[in-house]
Amino acid sequence: MNTIIIGGGPSSGKTSMLLHIISYMTHCGLKPSVCKIDCIKSNDDLIYKSMNIPVIQGLSDSICPDHFLATNLPDIFMWSTKNSCTHLFIETAGLCNRCAPFTDKTLNICVIDSMSSIKSPEKLGPLVTTADIISMTKTDVISQAEREVLSYHLSKLNPTAEIICINGLSGFGSQTLANLIINKSNSIEDLEGSKLKYPMPSANCAYCVGEIRIGKDYQQGMINKMSF
Amino acid sequence: MFNEIQVSGGYDKDGNSEKISYISFERGNVYSIVGKTGSGKTQLIEDIESLNNGEGLTKRIILIDGKLPDEKLRNEYRSGFIAHLSQNMNYILDMPVIEFLKMRQKLKTSKNKNTSPEEILDTANELAGEKIKPHEVLTRLSGGQGRSLMISDVALNNEAPVILIDEIENAGIDKVKALSLLTKKEKITLIITHDPLIALHGNKRIVMQNGGIYSVIDRSEHEKKLAEFLAAFNKKIDITRELIRTGKTLKGVDEFVLHSVLE
Repeated sequence: MNTIIIGGGPSSGKTSMLLHIISYMTHCGLKPSVCKIDCIKSNDDLIYKSMNIPVIQGLSDSICPDHFLATNLPDIFMWSTKNSCTHLFIETAGLCNRCAPFTDKTLNICVIDSMSSIKSPEKLGPLVTTADIISMTKTDVISQAEREVLSYHLSKLNPTAEIICINGLSGFGSQTLANLIINKSNSIEDLEGSKLKYPMPSANCAYCVGEIRIGKDYQQGMINKMSF
Repeated sequence: MFNEIQVSGGYDKDGNSEKISYISFERGNVYSIVGKTGSGKTQLIEDIESLNNGEGLTKRIILIDGKLPDEKLRNEYRSGFIAHLSQNMNYILDMPVIEFLKMRQKLKTSKNKNTSPEEILDTANELAGEKIKPHEVLTRLSGGQGRSLMISDVALNNEAPVILIDEIENAGIDKVKALSLLTKKEKITLIITHDPLIALHGNKRIVMQNGGIYSVIDRSEHEKKLAEFLAAFNKKIDITRELIRTGKTLKGVDEFVLHSVLE
């Protein structure tokens, strides 16, 4: 089975894009499944279910969604295998641009909202630099010139990634992306032993385990203080 | 550099072969694509943009000068085979116009022969009503000014061999001038439009129906004359608009006066 991880900020168009891709792949006779990782309750699983494909939702709750995914990845893979799927799509939110959920055995797609990213593409960290495919959404509302400027910046951040423009509403570009996914992803037996492409934060402080009080006395564990 | 793009072998939404199974797009020509919503206009454009090789939904095959495009050609146009221009586009960078054009020029690789930022701005000003000042901020440009700048930029500064113009009829610019500027640059111009004046500007009309290419109509001499008549009519509306915009009253302005202004 081929595993594809899709990461990107909230409301960047991950779900809209994926819906078009899934409908095309089903049309091609493939059998995709979707796992949606979220922090708080979302209704996106219902949208996917309406496409008659195996869907599972994981809520990370109080834990960082990237940590949550890393912990659950092998089991999600097993679930999709049991449903005899050809492709497993894992859609996950990237919240702080600090990490990326990508691994070395998956095809990694990063979704970039052109509207919010053109002003500061350098802020997009490992999510861009460790992706195999960068998909720019909402390019239909920015000028051609800005579209080229943004894709230039992205190609400087990640020279090897394919960059594709997607219109999540009309589906323009999704076929090109779907074919790229079909041709570029590799089938693997399981994800046990695969590696994250970028390490998660090394924080383990009192606040990580539920401390809410502010003050010197409560700053315990591994902390990083600003210098003034 | 190539001369033609050929599209062939497609199927419509019911799986039947398209009525028109072969069509060739040549440089310097304007093709209007017409048809109802859902008739397959966007899909045709996507097939061309992705240089489909028969694997897509429509099974269309795109050939460049009669040959299947190879990896080299695909890479050459990595930044885009089609330059897009649409009514929904806006500038979102809050930078002065001239700074933006300079930055854009710097990003281009040296192999490109570039037009100067000033030249792009001058051309844009030929299309817009109010002149764009070099130090005006992009996001503050009016709808018409922004569109003019986009058109001049695509016409002069873009490498993409194909230009797609998607419904720009209400952009508040000199659309006839804009179209002739784009066609002069030896590009293949595709126009998706519902505006008869713009549709008739194309020397070929591609009619889409049920996902397939239904017919290709060559613009006749009669249609060309009709287009000129409509353009003159349009000009009268433009003149009236300009009078109202500049605070004049329309006292004494009638059909005859408008006609004489035209001549």
